[in-house]
Amino acid sequence: MSTTAPKRASNLFVGSPIERLEDLRFLTGRGQYVDDLAVENMLHAAILRSSVAHGRILSIDSSAARARRGVHAVITAADIGTVPTIPLRHDPTPAIRRFEQPVIADGKVRYVGEPIAVVIAESAALAEDALEAIAVDIEALRVVADREFARKDDIILFETVGTNVPDTITAVRGKADDAAFNSAPYRRREHFSVQRHAAVPMEPRGLLAEWDDANARITVRGACKVPFTNRRALAQMMNLPEASVRMVEYDVGGGFGARGEFYPEDFLIPFAARLLGRPVKWTEDRRENLTALNHARDMECDLEIACARDGALIALRAHACTDIGAYVRTNGATAARNIAQVLAGPYRIPHVRVDVSLVITNKTPVGTYRGPGRFESDFCRERLFDMAAADLGVDRVEFRRRNLIREADMPYPLPKVQVLDIESECDSGDYQITLDRCLAEFKWAERAKLNGKLIDGRHHGIAVGCYLEGGGTGPRENVRLAVEADGSISLFVGSSSVGQGVETVFAQIAADALEVPMERINRVLHGSTDYVAQGFGSFSSRSIVMGGNAIGDAAQKLRTLIREAAAKRLQCQASDIVIDRGMAVGPAPARAAIALKEFAGLCADGTFASAKRTYSYGAHAAYVAVDAKTGHVELIDYVAVEDVGRIVNPLTLHGQCIGAVVQGLGGAFLEHFIYDENGQLLTGSFADYLMPTASDFPQIRAVALEDKPSPLNPMGAKGAGEGGIIPVGGVVANAVAAALGSLGVEPRDLPLSPPRLWQMIQAARATCAAR
Amino acid sequence: MPVKFEVNGKRVEVEVEPRLTLADCLRHKLRLTGTHVGCEHGVCGACTVLVDGAAVRSCLMLAVQAEGAKVVTVEGLSRDEGLTPLQASFRKHHALQCGFCTPGMITTAHALLSEEPNCDADRVREVLSGNLCRCTGYISIVEAVLDARTAYRRRGGGNGA
Ligand code: FES
Ligand code: FES
Repeated sequence: MSTTAPKRASNLFVGSPIERLEDLRFLTGRGQYVDDLAVENMLHAAILRSSVAHGRILSIDSSAARARRGVHAVITAADIGTVPTIPLRHDPTPAIRRFEQPVIADGKVRYVGEPIAVVIAESAALAEDALEAIAVDIEALRVVADREFARKDDIILFETVGTNVPDTITAVRGKADDAAFNSAPYRRREHFSVQRHAAVPMEPRGLLAEWDDANARITVRGACKVPFTNRRALAQMMNLPEASVRMVEYDVGGGFGARGEFYPEDFLIPFAARLLGRPVKWTEDRRENLTALNHARDMECDLEIACARDGALIALRAHACTDIGAYVRTNGATAARNIAQVLAGPYRIPHVRVDVSLVITNKTPVGTYRGPGRFESDFCRERLFDMAAADLGVDRVEFRRRNLIREADMPYPLPKVQVLDIESECDSGDYQITLDRCLAEFKWAERAKLNGKLIDGRHHGIAVGCYLEGGGTGPRENVRLAVEADGSISLFVGSSSVGQGVETVFAQIAADALEVPMERINRVLHGSTDYVAQGFGSFSSRSIVMGGNAIGDAAQKLRTLIREAAAKRLQCQASDIVIDRGMAVGPAPARAAIALKEFAGLCADGTFASAKRTYSYGAHAAYVAVDAKTGHVELIDYVAVEDVGRIVNPLTLHGQCIGAVVQGLGGAFLEHFIYDENGQLLTGSFADYLMPTASDFPQIRAVALEDKPSPLNPMGAKGAGEGGIIPVGGVVANAVAAALGSLGVEPRDLPLSPPRLWQMIQAARATCAAR
Repeated sequence: MPVKFEVNGKRVEVEVEPRLTLADCLRHKLRLTGTHVGCEHGVCGACTVLVDGAAVRSCLMLAVQAEGAKVVTVEGLSRDEGLTPLQASFRKHHALQCGFCTPGMITTAHALLSEEPNCDADRVREVLSGNLCRCTGYISIVEAVLDARTAYRRRGGGNGA
């Protein structure tokens, strides 16, 4: 770079609270979600779902439905021929694969909500009407409604496999055997559980599939999260080359891990479009959404720790069990794997062994939901830590401080996941800093005086907990930057948008990397399979780490191309050219400037690959007041502190954190998919499945730090978006326990809904009285 | 059957089945897709529109019931260029992420602020508690609405959009 050229201050945009580009269309009703689409000649689909949790299909008679006015087709397993199953996207051990879901019920139904038939008609209303004309004869079988019964293998869901336990995933660090526990000065073992709940994005799913007969090509609108992976899966199932499958992403009303995985409908709707040679659209209603979209959590855990008298942890071991529902879906084993890997959390525990069994029951299959396995793990671990600290007479904060992984220990290995052969390590960080900051923001010392006190009829309590968030999942992401005719830049990326604001943050990163004003980045095109040769999507807090660093790579290449082209024109060295405010500027004294539009057509591909994950971390604290008469908990204050390595947009990061905390509070206090013994979902509407509202949790504060950038990528980013939810259950349950310490209430199971907490309080009182 | 009403200041006449909801009529017959449908059972508030000035769940109302009414959707609360003060406040406070609940939040907040431009935070929370948002955690939405009050006060209520 020429020394006399004006040097642009770098990072004008990265790190600034830039208002989002997406907002302009969302606020004015111009967003485009998949159900907003309409094309010529379009037909509509409705899906008949099983109302029986477990049964053998004896017959399906769809002749009456087919005869209905406006009905074009009724599709069942018989019409598909060999019914494909949906491949696992993550952790496909051979054992687990035996439980993949067929795209339509094939001989048996295994959960309420499983697709049995698809009706295609002139309108959505006619398609729905025709569903009732399909006669399905199902021989009901005994229902496997819970883990306990499932594990007995008395009733088998997959007869050919012969067990309801697909696999057990084990993670190990050191040697957490009997010797380690028997020789320890202190040990405690407890049983915990986290209820079934789910992501529940506000937009129900939808798809619009169009078959192009002339070119034998299918276009599927409504893809998100992992369009490239789904393209591969669909191409295989439809027996098409990948290049003949186009996935197009529109605006998406929230993902949180669940939206965008490959579901049965992702095959059925394209199949129908090809069968009929007409565009077919399907939009899910909320009732079917609550039994069709992945559920999550639903685990129990038998956890034991051993430590020295001063609280220094020696060993941790656990047997956990996740109820994954009737089939293993694309990422159905991910939560179990995460539990194994992160149950020990951000703590130095030399000896760890965690075994997590997956169990099949007659319920909706599970998948990942923001902080999969991590939310559950943190609840169990942090609860047990508070119990142990109380036993030992060690201050709860000191207990954690003493055991946190220290900066000098980095990189620190996580327990190795054995079957899957996954090794990972905490990349960097100073976990004490986030803990201290959290305590300071929270005014811990002052509030500790109120802990356990009865004030104005309510019990007050506080708690703090620490966590790790895994981000930056590989293998790679691809980006293309192109100079357009008007001198603006288009950015094409394989990352997806699920409503988290990728257009804005990617434009910020690109503008800085290219040293152009942000409005020059006029289009950020993401997700769809047309944009880059291979994309990897958005999951596991990976978009900024993978997509962001790929932008950096593409920008560097594009800058080189521009400088070379400018140098040729100005007859100087490429190294003499600087790019400043959207111009290529030549050397002094002339400093001839060439507008970027002169370089229209130049484009560069960038990539970022990484096999190592990044780890954000932090600490949360909660202050609650519990009304023992009603079981109601008021959250008086909540503080979340995280270090994400590198902050791109403080505004969107803050939004991610607060939103995640509130989702976590929903999981801790409200949300619960309750099934009866017949496998019927009792909380299958928004009237019964309660999610947080604007009046529930008004007091939450979030602080984000970037003290410790990741050494694993040029930006130093570690990923964010899930951290906010991970510690919530443990922290609030500990605060409730602290509040009710005088009554001896020790929550071991979520959710802490008022009736459940009230029962716990009554039970504790009864035990007290009996003594 | 035919139904005549006014949408965003324009008179419309639509042929509808009696069972068609106002939400589906707006979205699929009139192609005003800013109004969203999140539950179809009156809980989420994504479908909220203004009917004769009042915030109404258009999934619970039939199109034929709108006969003669003045209906305003999020599109009708928007300008051709730029944002209204209420919308700008949402943007400034990052009161939206995926944007799916946003039209319902905007219509609900507009109805509230038009009537009560001096409402306090508790009142805002109470009124918005009928609209679900899965992304933001609500805090920024409440702040955005409170911050937009001045615009409604200045205009003597009623026209902060
Ligand atoms: S769609 Fe009308 S309230 Fe949910
Ligand atoms: S912004 Fe996504 S539901 Fe509110």
